[in-house]
Amino acid sequence: MSKEWPLWEIFIRGQHGLSHRHVGSLHAPDAEMAIKNARDVYTRRNEGVSIWVVEANNIAASSPSAKGPLYEPSESKIYRHPTFFDIPDEVGHM
Amino acid sequence: MYAQMVQSTGQGAKSREDMSPEERAFQDRIDADQKIEPRDWMPDGYRKTLIRQIGQHAHSEIVGQLPEGNWITRAPTLERKMILLAKVQDEAGHGLYLYAAAETLGISRDELTEQLLSGRMKYSSIFNYPTLNWADIGAVGWLVDGAAIMNQVPLQRTSYGPYSRAMVRICKEESFHQRQGYDIMMKMAQGTVAQKKMAQDALNRLWYPSLMMFGPSDADSVHSAQSMAWKIKINSNDELRQKFVDQTVPQAKYLGLTIPDDNLVWNEDKGGWDYSDPDWSEFFDVLKGNGPCNTERLEARNKAWDDGAWVRDGLMAHAQKKRAAAAAE
Repeated sequence: MSKEWPLWEIFIRGQHGLSHRHVGSLHAPDAEMAIKNARDVYTRRNEGVSIWVVEANNIAASSPSAKGPLYEPSESKIYRHPTFFDIPDEVGHM
Repeated sequence: MYAQMVQSTGQGAKSREDMSPEERAFQDRIDADQKIEPRDWMPDGYRKTLIRQIGQHAHSEIVGQLPEGNWITRAPTLERKMILLAKVQDEAGHGLYLYAAAETLGISRDELTEQLLSGRMKYSSIFNYPTLNWADIGAVGWLVDGAAIMNQVPLQRTSYGPYSRAMVRICKEESFHQRQGYDIMMKMAQGTVAQKKMAQDALNRLWYPSLMMFGPSDADSVHSAQSMAWKIKINSNDELRQKFVDQTVPQAKYLGLTIPDDNLVWNEDKGGWDYSDPDWSEFFDVLKGNGPCNTERLEARNKAWDDGAWVRDGLMAHAQKKRAAAAAE
């Protein structure tokens, strides 16, 4: 077996005004081919207006075991949500 | 199904008492319908079973292109040809989504390909049957994709995140496949006497192989028990087969075609059709490599891989050269 093409993660902007969203991955020798392949694989039915490709080994990710320390601190801070505050009906929409 | 008789640990579902604390926490997450993601802890058996199942599913998509590709050059009109091309291209895409999902479990694409080419990993038995006339292309879309959908729709809820997401994409596209198949069948069944005969002939040949796609009854299978506990298998084979028959009988009736089963009779008690089982000895024989097209299919995949080697290597060399040139600037 020959050397495998690197893996690329594919991000597509579905419509104007939306963010790019991860849709999947594919193998390609370089970024240019990755974009061409992504066009063929992930936008066959008008799913996109823009494509980003990132070589998978360039992505840094948080560790699943760090879930607690990373996200617990925000769990108790319910005052960060607007629904925490009771505003009297007389005040009207806020 | 596209993945048939996938082996799990072979020990049935583990009881909670036998589980390690990690396994118990893992099972709790699955029972709570949480998705497992690639970097999460998972039992070795879960990983291995999924690689087998997703790999076999991916191989089926890829090999499944061959019986249909057979008719691209001979489609009756330019429109039919374009539609069939689009369908076959979709199958390549489906294979790719699934390979990518399998790769997140720690097996490389080349390893998966190598295991298909050497015959160590299987693909669905259905693709070892030939497509002899144009109506077969209709019957494949209608029956084979129809049977695949039966299994793939529930698999959208499978516990492994990347597999589930691949299934969501696939299901969106699969409906086009089944409808284009049925469209061909309608044209043929409402056509000339000769065309209707071709449609009936296609149904006669593909009916039982389609029922075989679900695999033999797995009511007592220890492999299925474990896979169902892990939610990588959602329904039993018999359940899905029954659903498929119930869905297909009225569709055949609309076409004015006869399902080749003298025992097909409505069963009021179960609210479904009673039907004849396929010949399971034929099924096992096809799995062993003795179907009508096993050799041809594997030869075609091996040839495509070998013939494409210079393209893969060439593009890689070109990319490296470009990178080196950019670095030197």
